[in-house]
Amino acid sequence: MPAEHFPVLLAVVPLVAAPLIVVARSGFLGWAIAFAVAAATAAMSASLLARVTVEGTISYAIGSWPPPWGIEYRVDAANALVALLVSAMALVAMPYARRSVTAEIGQERQYLFYALLMLCLSGLLGIALTGDAFNLFVFLEISSLATYVLIALGRDRRALTAAYQYLILGTTGATLYIIGVGMLYLATGTLNFADMAARLDGVADTRPLVVGLAFITAGIGLKLALFPLHAWLPNAYTYAPSVVSAFLAATATKVSLYVLMRVYFSVFGADAVFRDLPIGPVLAVLSVAALFVASAAAIVQKDLKRLLAFSSVGQIGYITLGISLGSATGLAAAMAHVVNHGITKGALFLLAGAMALRLGGTGFDRLAGLGRTMPVAAFAFVLGGLSLIGVPGTAGFASKWALVAAAMGAGQWWIVAAVLLSSLLAVAYVWRFVECAYFREPPAGAPSPGEAPWEMTAPALAMTAAVVALGLHATPVLDAATRAAAALMGAGR
Amino acid sequence: MKSDIILRVVAKILIPFALMFALYVQFHGDYGPGGGFQAGVVIAAAVVFYAVIFGLAAARRAVPEPVVESMVALGVLVYAGVGIAGLLLGGNFLDYFVLDPDPVHGQHRGIFWVEAGVGITVSGVMLKIFYIFAGRGRDFEEDS
Repeated sequence: MPAEHFPVLLAVVPLVAAPLIVVARSGFLGWAIAFAVAAATAAMSASLLARVTVEGTISYAIGSWPPPWGIEYRVDAANALVALLVSAMALVAMPYARRSVTAEIGQERQYLFYALLMLCLSGLLGIALTGDAFNLFVFLEISSLATYVLIALGRDRRALTAAYQYLILGTTGATLYIIGVGMLYLATGTLNFADMAARLDGVADTRPLVVGLAFITAGIGLKLALFPLHAWLPNAYTYAPSVVSAFLAATATKVSLYVLMRVYFSVFGADAVFRDLPIGPVLAVLSVAALFVASAAAIVQKDLKRLLAFSSVGQIGYITLGISLGSATGLAAAMAHVVNHGITKGALFLLAGAMALRLGGTGFDRLAGLGRTMPVAAFAFVLGGLSLIGVPGTAGFASKWALVAAAMGAGQWWIVAAVLLSSLLAVAYVWRFVECAYFREPPAGAPSPGEAPWEMTAPALAMTAAVVALGLHATPVLDAATRAAAALMGAGR
Repeated sequence: MKSDIILRVVAKILIPFALMFALYVQFHGDYGPGGGFQAGVVIAAAVVFYAVIFGLAAARRAVPEPVVESMVALGVLVYAGVGIAGLLLGGNFLDYFVLDPDPVHGQHRGIFWVEAGVGITVSGVMLKIFYIFAGRGRDFEEDS
């Protein structure tokens, strides 16, 4: 397929793969198709990111109806980066999925699992790449509906209630978003983001537009688990199958964060959102609350996956904090943390899944003495944990440092203090794992589990290696994030 | 209700007309009210009607579950296939203009197949939902 169709093929190839897997009705074929599709999407996103870096924004008209009348796919440095994060995470998860899914999901349901995973991938990539507000809603629903079922496939019966809770809150979020889009459509007469931005230039502070912006903020805030709208996230990540936890933690909330950035900086513009409206301070206060409350909640959890889920809510706080600064440097820091935290959390959830396979669960009582029984996984987990804290030499440090620098540049010293203090809470919850894995005896009489199979360990270790590599050599991500921020702020105006 | 002769006869007379009406709604959707979604629902309703009168097991024999599940997937494939056909014929995704030398006819052809895909998937999904709900707690009973 020629490269000019990559923007739409990224969403279409997984979308076609899903029904093909259903027709194939075989777990193995489903996995093979999904693996091939994940590899194809990763290659296409990498090529798109390389192309937008050189050529600038790419516009693709669906059905050859020129924008703003038809649906436009608009790829720039920001969403190409998000698409690469999503598809690369899918690719890493696929070799891991075979063993993990076999262990956690019944044979007769496996092909449906892979079909849903493909739908979810298609939805997330579609959200990232589309330049149309309503098309974005459609893909939001595709990815969300697939996600609800994927979570419900978890082994634990509590997965059902977790999925149901997410279904209610996620649907509420999507509804709020579409009400907001309706307001914008009434006011501007267009659904195309770039066209909307051109029409809103200078007139963004009328009442319907402010209401629309508020609806979109609340709706997307639910999807990205902005504190205090995060109630669905801990249960969903805890009880979902391991692969799903890892894939969603690295991608789903990140894509929603990108949507928020797109609406704030590209459609309304930083001036309209952060100078004329009090969104900046509100977002900053909620983010700081997330840093402290969610991180503190993480410390007292009894289950490793649940701890990671609460940590995610806290880490999302850093990203929204970067957005709340309303500046190019703050946005770049937020974008860098989207990537770095996505990779870190993906790695940690993959490792937690490997532990769950060998130990039958991730409760801290089972994890005792893990440093001796699964030394490689435990050590990799500690490395990932250091990235959550933001220790120099890990990816988490690079983006946190960028955030601190952006806050200092804006003269917001209380944000600097909040970031540094909340990192101490991250030390505390990562220490829970260290203490449990290295300073406790394995439960007496328990069988020595040994490392997880290499198909699962290798992808997890590759992600951990990426965490360290991007910590030691942070410029690729930081440069890409800076370009993404410039694209977000410059698009359409 | 299998024993009620009036219901059985009326059902046997009505179901072919219901299916025919569904096809009318499907193919006339380009010009009048209707389209793939409505037609799919009417087709599914005809099968549901059959199941209500003759029993779930009979309906499952007439329209087996694997067929229904394939229909769900097949419709999406038809829809996406139209889009990919546009790509292969040198246009953009879902480009109907290139589906025929005459662009207006191409638009017509494109929406025809897209609506066909919608109809197949919608009737499949409606039936799948019906089978799942109707089969709850009952499969055991009918097997024995």
